[in-house]
Amino acid sequence: MRMKQEYFFSAILSFVLAAGFASARAQEAPDVGPHPPEPEKTMESHIGNLTGHSDNAKTDYRRYCAGCHGELGDGNGENAVWLDPKPRDFTMAIFKCRSTLTGTLPTDEDLFNTIGRGLTNSNMPIWNTFTRQQRADLVAYIKTFSPRWEKEKSGDPIKIPAEPPVTIGSISHGKALFTKLECWKCHGPQGKGDGPSAGTLTDSKDNPIRPYNFAAGKDDSRFKCGSTNQDIYKIFMTGVDGTPMPSFADVIQPNDAWDLVHFLRTLQVNRHGKENDVLRAAGGRIPTYVEKQAEAPASQLENKAAGGGN
Amino acid sequence: MRMGTQLCFCGKLPWRKGFVAAALVVVFLVFSGSRANALPAFARKYGLRCSACHESWPMLNYFGQKFKDNGYQLMNDRDAPIWQNPGYWPVTFRITPIWHRVSTGKALIDTYGLVRGVSTVIATTQQRLETSGFDLSGLDFHTGGTLEKNISFYVLPSSDPTAAFHFETVMGRLDNLFGSPWINIKFGRFELDNLLSEKRILTLTANGGIYQLYHFAPVGDGNLMGAIGQNQLGAELMGHSYNDRTRYSAALVSSSVGNVNLVTSANAYTGFFTASQAFDTGKLGVDRIGGYLMIGEDATYYRTVTTTTGTSLIPGSGIGNKSFHREGLIGQFYFGQHIDLQVVTQHGWDNVWLGQGYGNAINPSNGAPGATSLPNNTPGTTLTAGSQAPTWNGVLLEPHYVYSPQLIFVGRYETIRMSRQADGPGYAGTNPLGIAGASPSNLGNVSTFTVGYRYNPFMTSRAGFAWHNEYNWLHVDGAAPDGTALNKSELLIGFDFDF
Repeated sequence: MRMKQEYFFSAILSFVLAAGFASARAQEAPDVGPHPPEPEKTMESHIGNLTGHSDNAKTDYRRYCAGCHGELGDGNGENAVWLDPKPRDFTMAIFKCRSTLTGTLPTDEDLFNTIGRGLTNSNMPIWNTFTRQQRADLVAYIKTFSPRWEKEKSGDPIKIPAEPPVTIGSISHGKALFTKLECWKCHGPQGKGDGPSAGTLTDSKDNPIRPYNFAAGKDDSRFKCGSTNQDIYKIFMTGVDGTPMPSFADVIQPNDAWDLVHFLRTLQVNRHGKENDVLRAAGGRIPTYVEKQAEAPASQLENKAAGGGN
Repeated sequence: MRMGTQLCFCGKLPWRKGFVAAALVVVFLVFSGSRANALPAFARKYGLRCSACHESWPMLNYFGQKFKDNGYQLMNDRDAPIWQNPGYWPVTFRITPIWHRVSTGKALIDTYGLVRGVSTVIATTQQRLETSGFDLSGLDFHTGGTLEKNISFYVLPSSDPTAAFHFETVMGRLDNLFGSPWINIKFGRFELDNLLSEKRILTLTANGGIYQLYHFAPVGDGNLMGAIGQNQLGAELMGHSYNDRTRYSAALVSSSVGNVNLVTSANAYTGFFTASQAFDTGKLGVDRIGGYLMIGEDATYYRTVTTTTGTSLIPGSGIGNKSFHREGLIGQFYFGQHIDLQVVTQHGWDNVWLGQGYGNAINPSNGAPGATSLPNNTPGTTLTAGSQAPTWNGVLLEPHYVYSPQLIFVGRYETIRMSRQADGPGYAGTNPLGIAGASPSNLGNVSTFTVGYRYNPFMTSRAGFAWHNEYNWLHVDGAAPDGTALNKSELLIGFDFDF
């Protein structure tokens, strides 16, 4: 009988304390936003032969994503105020990392890769601990936040031609493009992110934003949207939507774009790569690009430059 | 006397009522809260909810394990403290005010009577002893973080139930050496690389708040170095793949049970090795299997010095090392987003000398509270005929039901069975029960189960708070004062919060 009383007392105590606590909390707890609404429409994602379902990602989104991106996907999670850069607003369906042309929706695979890769120099972690299915489900869930996904199709991925060999000529041409396209205005002449316009930049929600600092890069450095030369190519050919970084797809020819990639790599002075090897072999100086040479195919120019012993 | 059935679930009616009351509480809690999350020092730094790293705080999930394996870094180039607000202070304190009830099935209790008008002990008998009340289970100060990219530290001053503080963890880490995640070094006093971390256990009672498997030693055994749940002093090399699917560790620690000043043996070391592989099992989740091996030595002979006041042991002089090992498998199996099962097995072996009680003469109170002496293997000492190396096997099963990041139900069952006693058939001495001859084959066997839940009424990246209910039942063969089985139960209700 005594044991029975103690267990009964335990249960009552538990209930009373819980009730008291919940009551107090209801009166004093800060408002950190509403619960996520039930999506009006479920969405799917398709990554290879994998199909993601938004319904399956609700718990994961709340556990891992909502603190920053918000329960409503509007980038207003309770931590957003502390973060720089600010979390993505999924209701706008504007994404930085795409393989598609500027202004278009990214492919499901683009979002899938972004989740797994994370965004360097931000608070977006590398979520490669998820299963592929979890990531696919989250991609589908993200698509429930904006009606754009119902009205528009994803853009077509741009075609990336094979990378030509790195030569001092291609680096030289890339440097000329860097100047001509005024990349230096934001990224600075040395790629340190300290160009004259750097301090004035804002993103599409008027939040201050800094241009990428190439010079800080080391062997393990990454860009927002990847780490390979193909990723750099993709970044300035598709643009980084939602930021001042435009797409140069209309003003750069594919081979010229590769030359720019090669030059940008040399701005990462602490990185060990083929571009810096070529530059070192050329005496550490980038020769001035001669405009008339631009009319000749880039490969010929590169061979000349390399053989010329600049 | 065996008290299992007396341990209170006395009759069906009260149990049913208790269950209904508990169910009501759970239902109320589930529907009364609004949201959850948060964990201080690191969560504040990165702006992540605590649920990002914890299946339920403090237990790590896979992402949290990767964060830890990276040296408390997200690896997003924002890990160095230069990126932090100068006002950021990487400190968290954790405190657990509770109400609990403990029922010990058999305890020796005096019975008084009047003898010639004077209150006098007339008998000392085994009786059930029950205590209950409000309590405080301890206070921890966690401080950890990065000093610079790939250089981190962790310091944990912790108070015991008497409010005396000790350093549970003090360590430095060098990560991603040579640019490789496969080479990370940790040194200081730290928890061994147990994937199912006892320091991050989800339960709080005295017996349910530890993994019995991590601290088991046969009755009468003198080896205390084989506790894989004990924080140790040493260095650890750990490595992992980029996504942490594959990981290994190799630690070399002093055989000192984590105590400073090397008061135990002179030159005894223990190695702890683990390896595991995780698999993407599609809709089930990321499941992991692995194994561990602990192999080491413990001194059995402490040299002595005799003075006019008597003979005493010389700290740090232990020699006559004898070996021991523990090995087992570990599994972390996920069955979708809500259910998972953690499994740890163990096979243990101690050298016959350790099994006979040698190994900790320098510090007897560590092994047997109140003990004044344990055997010392001085030159010429011989073992009693029939002595043998003790072995045992155990398994730990811990299922979780994660209703949401805010509410987790925890269950655990552990059993440890002696497969060979240190004093087997033909033993010519007196066994630990004080009886001549071999020990009963089940002496020291342990069975225990724990059930409970933790509810986080809110979750932000600023603080953590859990409403915690738990029940534990423990059964140990031969542990009662009369040498029979001892049953013990604990009920705990309380708050567990940190900031």
